[in-house]
Amino acid sequence: MGKVIVVTSGKGGVGKTTSTAALGAALAQRNEKVVVVDFDVGLRNLDLVMGAERRVVYDLVNVIEGEAKLTQALIRDKRVDTLYLLPASQTRDKDKLTPEGVEQVIAALKKAFDWVICDSPAGIERGATLAMRHADVAIVVTNPEVSSVRDSDRIIGLLDSKTAMAERGEHMQKHLLLTRYDPARAERGDMLKVDDVLEILSIPLLGIIPESMDVLRASNIGAPVTLADNHSATAQAYFEAARRLSGESLPVTVPGEKRSLFGKIFGRKAA
Amino acid sequence: MTEVLTTTNTRSIRLKGRSFLALVLSPDLPFEDWLMRLDDLAARSAGFFLRRPIVLDVEGLEIDLQQLRDLLDQLGRRNVRIMGIEGAHPSLLGADMPPAMTGGRPASDFEATEAETPAGDLSSAPADVETSAPPAPLPSNIVTQPVRSGQSLMFDGDVTIVGSVASGAEVVAGGSIHVYGTLRGRAEAGAMGNVSARIFCRKLEAELVAIAGFYKTAEDMEPGLRGRPVQLWFEDDAIRAETLG
Repeated sequence: MGKVIVVTSGKGGVGKTTSTAALGAALAQRNEKVVVVDFDVGLRNLDLVMGAERRVVYDLVNVIEGEAKLTQALIRDKRVDTLYLLPASQTRDKDKLTPEGVEQVIAALKKAFDWVICDSPAGIERGATLAMRHADVAIVVTNPEVSSVRDSDRIIGLLDSKTAMAERGEHMQKHLLLTRYDPARAERGDMLKVDDVLEILSIPLLGIIPESMDVLRASNIGAPVTLADNHSATAQAYFEAARRLSGESLPVTVPGEKRSLFGKIFGRKAA
Repeated sequence: MTEVLTTTNTRSIRLKGRSFLALVLSPDLPFEDWLMRLDDLAARSAGFFLRRPIVLDVEGLEIDLQQLRDLLDQLGRRNVRIMGIEGAHPSLLGADMPPAMTGGRPASDFEATEAETPAGDLSSAPADVETSAPPAPLPSNIVTQPVRSGQSLMFDGDVTIVGSVASGAEVVAGGSIHVYGTLRGRAEAGAMGNVSARIFCRKLEAELVAIAGFYKTAEDMEPGLRGRPVQLWFEDDAIRAETLG
């Protein structure tokens, strides 16, 4: 059985879709079978970032409504054999996502893939709660600024109360992915410090992704950052995050600083 | 208190008794002045009454049906929804109004004269039992996880939080509140009128603190207290604060 991961944040524009694509492609390059699922019905983007927008025939809503088989809706990546995309519908009503339908689709994907990565829409409404509903692990994407941190805190509260796991009384593993980290602004004190974010959210750190033009460049050519230029600092940070997700212990280096946060953060008790 | 009443029928309807913590508003005449003071309080703690169960206590007020109707209307416009009315003569309560509440047990009120008079219907049994039996000790509550933004915790007695209270989170306690972490959200101690309740935190970054219904927002707090270990208590009609250790 595969692992279901939800990539969530509460706030929009922090890098959920970029991170979903980058982590999905990074894991797939380790020869693991990965599907990335777009839950943002009506505002889908993951197909663009994956470079598959011209290949979408059927989508998640079609599958839930029984208009298409799951295998018909899945799009295989042209660059990495083990990477698939299940797109969201751009035209349908988001109320077509039903809890029962989502549960069936996730259960089927879990059987066929090693990793099912769900890209959550922003907000805390239906799409977001359904994306997290059947997750085993959550990646909370946060920018080092106060509004993003507070929204992430809210999402962590929901992960601990509104998910199927929480309702079974189990503890959901949550990881913090700090994105758009700008060493120059951190130096000037314009951004929240890594330690402050960790203190407020008190969940273990999966990685720090530096703010970079690589991200924009990659999405313009329709490639996950980890496929566009896998030597860039951003890609390297995602590759390392993917390795930590698979259970490896690697120190997290703060961009622009010499220190690493190994023992300190992974020694922390996850909340 | 959970009482289950069942009939002998095989498919019976379960009726359960349950007690909730409600806030009691006791207006005084003239209502215009009282409403102005309420607006002032609401302005300092926006949304405080929103979605909370509120009981209106009109004991001892010389009002007629129309006045009560107007007051309910005024409160409704302020998004204060009244779940029940206490101490009103039956003739005052129209069928379209919230139902009469009786047998309420007020937590110690800070006006001693009021605390001695049990509110509600004196003939109800629970109130009589309560006066003869010693008060039950208030429970201690320990929370070992951080209180996240958007979460609202309510307790009858004291509460100890081993962790932080996030911005946008809220802790309401009948007794004192202890936070072994940073208090960034709201803390309301002595929520049922207990003026001896206190708030303690290892680091004060609170958005709002309240004791026995008296408020202080972040802007009203001394800047010197920010980020320090602080205790807050109630004295001479005001919230006092000092650093600890």
